[in-house]
Amino acid sequence: MLVKLLNTLLMVVVALSITGVINRTRALLAGRKGIRFLQHIYNVNLLLRKGAVYSTTTTALFRIAPVVYLGATLLAFLFIPIADLEPLLSFHGDIVFVAYLLALSRVAIVLAAMDTGSSFEGMGAAREALYGALVEPALMMGMATLALFCGYSSFADIFATAQELNMNLTIVLLLVAYVFVVIMIIEAGRVPVDDPKTHLELTMIHEVMCLDYSGVDMALIHIAGWLKNAIFAIIAANAVAVAFSFHWWFAAPLAILATGIAIGVVESFRARNKLSRNATFILTIVAMSALVLLTGFLLIQNIEI
Amino acid sequence: MKLYHVTNNCASHIALSDIPVVEYVELYNDLKERMAQRRYHIGHYFATEIENGLKFFLILLDDTTSEVLVTSFVPDYYSEGLASLTALHPAFHPFEREIHELYGVPFDSHPWLKPLRFSHDRRDKASTMDSYPFYSIEGAELHEVNVGPIHAGIIEPGAFRFICAGEQVLHLEIALGYQHRGVEGEMVRNQNRLRQTLIAESIAGDTAVGHATAYAEVVEKFAGFKASKSLSLERMIAIELERIAMHLADTGALATDIGFQLYQVACEALRTVTINTSQAWCGNRFGKSVIRPCGSNHPLTEQKIALIRKNISEVRRRYNEVREDIMESPSLLARFEQCGLVPKSEMETIGGVGQAARASGLLRDLRATHPSGYYTEIKHEPILKHDGDVMSRLATRMDEVLQSADYIESALANYKPQGDIPAPDYNATLQGDALAFSLVEGWRGEICHVALTNGEGEIVKYKIKDPSLHNWLGLAIAVRSEGISDFPINNKSFNLSYCGHDL
Repeated sequence: MLVKLLNTLLMVVVALSITGVINRTRALLAGRKGIRFLQHIYNVNLLLRKGAVYSTTTTALFRIAPVVYLGATLLAFLFIPIADLEPLLSFHGDIVFVAYLLALSRVAIVLAAMDTGSSFEGMGAAREALYGALVEPALMMGMATLALFCGYSSFADIFATAQELNMNLTIVLLLVAYVFVVIMIIEAGRVPVDDPKTHLELTMIHEVMCLDYSGVDMALIHIAGWLKNAIFAIIAANAVAVAFSFHWWFAAPLAILATGIAIGVVESFRARNKLSRNATFILTIVAMSALVLLTGFLLIQNIEI
Repeated sequence: MKLYHVTNNCASHIALSDIPVVEYVELYNDLKERMAQRRYHIGHYFATEIENGLKFFLILLDDTTSEVLVTSFVPDYYSEGLASLTALHPAFHPFEREIHELYGVPFDSHPWLKPLRFSHDRRDKASTMDSYPFYSIEGAELHEVNVGPIHAGIIEPGAFRFICAGEQVLHLEIALGYQHRGVEGEMVRNQNRLRQTLIAESIAGDTAVGHATAYAEVVEKFAGFKASKSLSLERMIAIELERIAMHLADTGALATDIGFQLYQVACEALRTVTINTSQAWCGNRFGKSVIRPCGSNHPLTEQKIALIRKNISEVRRRYNEVREDIMESPSLLARFEQCGLVPKSEMETIGGVGQAARASGLLRDLRATHPSGYYTEIKHEPILKHDGDVMSRLATRMDEVLQSADYIESALANYKPQGDIPAPDYNATLQGDALAFSLVEGWRGEICHVALTNGEGEIVKYKIKDPSLHNWLGLAIAVRSEGISDFPINNKSFNLSYCGHDL
């Protein structure tokens, strides 16, 4: 039980820290001192103490959505183990459950965006739905690769047995980690797919769907975003840990630093994609995860390539 | 019969009696031919109230000979409408729309006489923003996106209505006219010239120096004041400093809009150095107070010259590095190249001016075609790009920064303050019954101020043209068939003024 609590606690730390690392990396690369490491938490704390304003055109759907969004993400979050630790929840086949919980959270926020009747939010919802649908195969195949290696279909079992894996699979595991980091960038709406810093409604994807939210609802959406980041960051870090050092004290800091710094660097040194190029970008990752799955399959069958 | 009074940008005021009063039919037929030659563009075209009617003035700029053609006509418009020039040459559209809005003059066969800016003194008070005749297209596949008039940034009001098929823009209509400052009326209401100068500096906050220079030149032409070489030189420095600062800011803003932090912060830092240089010179970062009619309150000193030279050469060196990196940055080029195309022919048709026109390969640069003051000595070579996309508009800016820095550098290299710059004179007697115009190439493009005086030498009519008046239509054309998410970078690449248009 203690292990499960430690796992959950560490997951929370990871979730809270990644944004801080991204902000700090960006600030350092811009030659600035930057905001406080925990500023994003203070901001959300402030939002939590505020009331929410609702547009008169919205219905109950709009008010329920943030709760569903956070609830589904939180539930998915509890299934993820950090390396050798045990997650709070686990059952056979939970990798599919997690994928659909994330899909459910997306449906909730997309419907809520449509509910406002705003043309901006409609555009954002269309974009989110498209990119969500495109990225899903990558997520599934990434998880399938892990399941294939270990012969289990729950995160807890996959990573519990993963340490006995053949070292030949290292390169595939690193690629799995890469795929998950890119999925995280897509899901979190970071450069090059989306730009969370922009104030331009016409170019936004994720942010534009939340334009009508304020106060406590906005806080819930932010928190769900952090949890989502942590899910993907930890899976990526676990995949790397399997290949090198399968301990929680390796995987947890790796999840924070690798993803945080990677995103911070990317956001400093490149422009975001033209919106119409995003589909290509996402499909590239899907193709890559298909390749990873195939290579992994061939390797464990001991087929000469 | 002589149709035009021929003058140029260096000449003094024109006595009203020297401006021919022609028949509109003759002028119309002449313009039909003349504008088709593609060597003229419109400086200004406006009407003013006289006893029982209106008098129209037209200022035409000849880009090949530096000549400026001025003419006027007094039509009997109540009996019949005027044949529209816009129908032949769309570049006339903002002027005819303004005349129609202010005085109700009907223009026959004008494609679309929609209101221009809802100024307070418009004729039809029932015409308000609420009844703005937005263009619309029917279709189940299409959707309209309205942005503004209040925006999510600290910018001015203006409504943008997009008609889109999915992510693609079919049509953009830009509706301005949310600001009713009545600048032109204010310039006449109070004859205090210091006050007028301050208003001129505020016509468009980002072009304080440009508009103040245009105002000062108009007043000086009436007063018969000839700016000394050192005064013209210092004004040139001020204008070029403003150009550098704004082009730097826009380079940074373009980087911001594509989420490219590196160039954003690099350009913001350089802009700060530049505007702080202005502050060290005159106490204002935007160059307010540096331009005054008939003199200057802030003549350059040895110390200030040294500071400007040091800062500008530093900015030039560092910006050149940024420029070279930008030209080799694939993710940036992928966003800017082939995005927001405005071909030269289109730019010419709508009467585009300034840096945006030059990015489409259209030579519109008053420093070269109608130089005055120190520019007569520089022999300015305009920077022309030919693609007409966002990248060209950025590249024009980048090259112009370096060019302006070179002008400042070479002008100051051998410049010793002579102490011959007088203090401003706000009380000089102005020539009565005359017209004076000024043409200044601000950072955004061509600024044209025109004023008329009455018998007592008071300014009775003041007309202002900011380059934005022409170029807003260019932006609307640039985004056609682009993705709607590329509107912001197109908008930034033009960076037009709302208040310069609304006045």
